[in-house]
Amino acid sequence: MLSPTILIPAVLNGLLIGAIYALVALGLTLIYGVLHIINFAHGALLSAALFAAFFAFRLLGLDPYVAVVLLAPLFFALGYGLQRFIIGPASHGDERNMLLVTLGIAVIIENTLLYAFRADTRTIDVPYAFQTIDIGSTFLAVSRVVGFVAAFAVALALWLIMTFTDTGRAIRAVAKEKLGAELAGINVAHVYAVTFGLGTACVAIAACLLIPSYYVNPTVGDAFVLVAFTIVVLGGMGSVPGALIGALLIGVAESLSGLFLGESLGQIGIFLIFIVVLLVRPSGLFGARA
Amino acid sequence: MKALIPTAAVLAVLAAVPLVVHSNVTLNFLVVALMIALAGQGWNILGGYGGQYSFGHAAFFGTGAYVTAILQVRYGINAWIGFAAGIAAGAALGAVLGALTFRSGLRGSYFALVTLAFAEVLRIIASVAPVTGAGVGTLIRLDLGIRNLQFQSRAAFYWIILALVGVSLVTAQLIERSRFGIWLIAVRENEDAAKALGVNVNGVKLAAMVISAAITAAAGCFYAQYFLFVDSGIAYGTWISIQALLTPIIGGVGTVFGPLLGALVVKSLGEAAKLLTGDAPGLDLIIYGAVLVLVIWFTPRGLIGGLTQARKVLMRRSGRAAPSAGEARDG
Amino acid sequence: MAEPLLAVERVTCRFGGLLAVDAASLTASEGHITALIGPNGAGKTTLFSIISGFIKASGGAVRYAGEDITGEPPHRLARRGIARTFQIVQPFVGLSVRENILVGAHLHHRTRSAALAVADQIGHDVGLGEYLSRSADTLTVAGRKRLELARALATRPKVLLLDEVLAGLNPSEVRDIVPVIRDLCRRGITILMIEHVMQAVMSLAEHVFVLAEGRMIAQGSPAQVVADPVVVEAYLGRGAAAKLGTSYGR
Repeated sequence: MLSPTILIPAVLNGLLIGAIYALVALGLTLIYGVLHIINFAHGALLSAALFAAFFAFRLLGLDPYVAVVLLAPLFFALGYGLQRFIIGPASHGDERNMLLVTLGIAVIIENTLLYAFRADTRTIDVPYAFQTIDIGSTFLAVSRVVGFVAAFAVALALWLIMTFTDTGRAIRAVAKEKLGAELAGINVAHVYAVTFGLGTACVAIAACLLIPSYYVNPTVGDAFVLVAFTIVVLGGMGSVPGALIGALLIGVAESLSGLFLGESLGQIGIFLIFIVVLLVRPSGLFGARA
Repeated sequence: MKALIPTAAVLAVLAAVPLVVHSNVTLNFLVVALMIALAGQGWNILGGYGGQYSFGHAAFFGTGAYVTAILQVRYGINAWIGFAAGIAAGAALGAVLGALTFRSGLRGSYFALVTLAFAEVLRIIASVAPVTGAGVGTLIRLDLGIRNLQFQSRAAFYWIILALVGVSLVTAQLIERSRFGIWLIAVRENEDAAKALGVNVNGVKLAAMVISAAITAAAGCFYAQYFLFVDSGIAYGTWISIQALLTPIIGGVGTVFGPLLGALVVKSLGEAAKLLTGDAPGLDLIIYGAVLVLVIWFTPRGLIGGLTQARKVLMRRSGRAAPSAGEARDG
Repeated sequence: MAEPLLAVERVTCRFGGLLAVDAASLTASEGHITALIGPNGAGKTTLFSIISGFIKASGGAVRYAGEDITGEPPHRLARRGIARTFQIVQPFVGLSVRENILVGAHLHHRTRSAALAVADQIGHDVGLGEYLSRSADTLTVAGRKRLELARALATRPKVLLLDEVLAGLNPSEVRDIVPVIRDLCRRGITILMIEHVMQAVMSLAEHVFVLAEGRMIAQGSPAQVVADPVVVEAYLGRGAAAKLGTSYGR
């Protein structure tokens, strides 16, 4: 019924978009793995990053791939500050409170964007937005391919940081055994903040990679993040390989279901997968038992 | 029962308000505030007393609203019956959701996520399904008359919502003083310890969920009758999920009057914001988000919790013994 | 000896590749105090969790008054009369001492007033009488241990599983709480206790089981077990019994 000429590009595009999902999911799973909280503000931060990339282009004339150099550190700092000075102190260490605080921050960020910029959808025009690469059997959007490569580069960079730097070791120590790490002299509040910052920086990078081929409005981040939540739950909370593999799977699944079911019902598909995984195997494919 | 005197007193005072206040604007404000208080009291039963934080209570609100509206509009069913059916539908949804999630042992963040996802799924379905009117929504025909649960005067609506709030207050009060209530609080504090003491944790959570869903659904049914229009964003939007959890948290989680107090505060803040800066979209939610963070930061037990703390400190300073906590506490 | 009230028959528990409990068996006779001892990490608390329904056994059975109760959930076991305390005390922090006990009391008393009366009585019995109105988080460790006891007692247990109830107490606190435990036995409650505090095991327990690396390696009276070279080696390492002389033990 469906010929390879339709299926193959769908699958390939699914993989490409999956890589961007992976970036968002990586940030989420990193934060969960270390702080053991689900960051409900992740989606709002993605929306904010998209707006930042948009204005970097409009006001500063920065191409998104260049703006990354500016926005990634900026959002790292934002994430660091949020965790260190708001989320951490406000939660008093209680998981239920942390949920609420991140929810509150999500609401604040998203509605500030709504209030400041209204709900209109914006896009940017970059010269390569519609360029494609011909790989023989099909065409692939340049921006998506760049996104794919960049996502893996970031994942690799994260792995290098985690494995070889002192900060990375400290993060892993805190993730495994917070009390022990504290007793060993590690400043847990700082490590938490760095982790949150890294997660937020991932989101900023994802935004820059997305914006050439995507649109910007205050609620877009939420849609993306729900997919990211699904990926993280599917792959296993706190598991980096899980996030990557899960992201590619979900990207392909979304692409194929969009093909068969259309836009909005495709979204339900993601949600249903999400709910089913949560109910049946909350630890996901690779995660530790909750 | 002696313990119900404060509730009766509060209700009596509130019932007298329309006799004194005639401004429609004020009455409308109070009606909406009471409706939000009702939704919040629903959340409070499960979240405040039971410690299970749902981020998707809109699922129950919206179901109540849609069932009430659709039964009238598409099937010609009487409004009062539709209202009751809406509450029952909400309760049934709560039972299903509870059975699924609690049986899987979902707690904490996972529970919040799943409830959020459920509300979103319902919203998407409602935005495309023909029975709900899809994107256009469902409009209840204006047809004043007590038979249709539609009234010319705001005061009538006010007394109806007040009656519902009254029922929810009494429910909370009865739960607090009952065996079910102490078990529910035990589940909130420590599930394993509760299990070891013979508490059927899943059963208790499920019962709390059903009661919680029914109360919040009632608020949704009322919305449909008061505003005569429901669409997917109104029914299942995050605005109501947020307000349903915000009002008990501000007012005091796990207390009888917390949601009521919180609703008055939240709505007042929203109105103040509108006065200061005009009717811009999103501003009220920004304030609600900020208040949520600030309340968790500085008075996690809400206004009532803060007042109780202050009272204890004052009593200790004045040399008297701390008040006996043997009777129902406000958690 | 009459049929034991509680019988654990060759219970096994596997976590992935780790064999936490390996075909362990023990019995607790009605109205007596039985102790379960063993070096750290032996699997004692895991065994308790299996008996009290918190963890599923991979094999074996648990019998209570002759009936097979393996795998029944904790709340159902509590209703049958099997209560447990936790190694790391878990009071309901947001509630008062009285309300903590109330939770247990409500198992067999429907109305608040009846349950409150029971809670007050038990609170006094365990020595927490003057703390009843205080918040549970103001109690010292010793107080919290008594609260654990009180809560479990309020459920009218026939079998009480005490998991290191003496841990973290100084010698005088231990001395104060031992008679409370003995008194429970005198009231007819069967006690199975995990303990490391040997003085208490010697003075309280009538029968002792020794668990090491998941396996039951010895059982007998306290004096017999303490003199058993296998037990000594489990605690102190291979060859320790020989080094200390074969007549180790008082």
